Amino acid sequence: MSKFRKNDSKELPPISTASLPDIVFMLLFFFMVSTTMREVTLMVKVTVPEATELSKLEKKSLVSYIYVGTPHTQYQRVFGSEPRIQLNDQFAKVEDIQDYITSEREARDEAEVPFMITSLKVDEYTKMGIVTDIKQELRKASALHINYSSRKRAD
Amino acid sequence: MARRVPEIPGSSLADIAFMLLIFFLVTTTMDVDSGLERRLPPMPPEDQQDDDTPPIKERNVFVVLVNAKNQLLVEGEISRIEDLREKAKEFMDNPYNEEHLPEKELKNVDFFGEVEVTKGVISLRNDVGTQYGTYIAVQNELVGAINDLREELSKRKFGKSYESLDREQQGAIRDIYPSKISEAEPKKVGGN
Repeated sequence: MSKFRKNDSKELPPISTASLPDIVFMLLFFFMVSTTMREVTLMVKVTVPEATELSKLEKKSLVSYIYVGTPHTQYQRVFGSEPRIQLNDQFAKVEDIQDYITSEREARDEAEVPFMITSLKVDEYTKMGIVTDIKQELRKASALHINYSSRKRAD
Repeated sequence: MARRVPEIPGSSLADIAFMLLIFFLVTTTMDVDSGLERRLPPMPPEDQQDDDTPPIKERNVFVVLVNAKNQLLVEGEISRIEDLREKAKEFMDNPYNEEHLPEKELKNVDFFGEVEVTKGVISLRNDVGTQYGTYIAVQNELVGAINDLREELSKRKFGKSYESLDREQQGAIRDIYPSKISEAEPKKVGGN
């Protein structure tokens, strides 16, 4: 009994929590800086294929995305279950790609335009027909630098 | 005398910061976008007639065909994706100057002097019904073959990985093993 008493009398001072906000703020700033917000809501289901020879997309601001895949279930009533193209927040047709590229170019600085990359996020079960059409449109719009988005294959 | 304003308690600051922190933790996506980088050929001018560039010799072309059932035909043989990389490497390198593999021409390259550079071109054609996943797998193997050759050459010549070379050295190696993957112009063929 006396053992416990003894401890009580020599109580440790409570750990100061005054620096807790500072620590939390530090973490907060880290996440705020490293975060990239998703800009568009995906309306198509995209599982990108696997590959090994990947290169990273360095500058996010220079990348424009084209999504291709089967629409999510809530859109299938209207848009069917065949793979569709999504640009920004809406479904699009192949012909819209040239306009999309033009508008993407206008949104950038003129000096940055030559370095723009188009990232194709295409579902792995899509047929090549639609992809070939997109590539032809990109060639017409002379957006020649493309990136087939893919996952790192785990060996 | 003004009334003393009571001090604002700072103890809830941590809670507020935590709330923000959790918000950013949830919304953050750390993944760096990566993928296979390719360059499309520019569109030919519309008024272009049948061009008079000489046709490429058959031995200089590595033909890869992918059909709608995702089967591969490499240089006239049914093949598997796993074997494609080795075949493409053998084609681009042609170490023993064999008859059926592509010709080479002498070229002056920085750091290397006169070297034999292959005239080989990889030609990839796919069907409209080919699955995108297969197409990427094939592209990946072809790009990988060239990357492997560059890496090996870089190790032999500079004793370093291709990635760690400077710009001129990388350029020299790219001159020796150019990334010549051509995709056939899509053709509208009758039937389905």
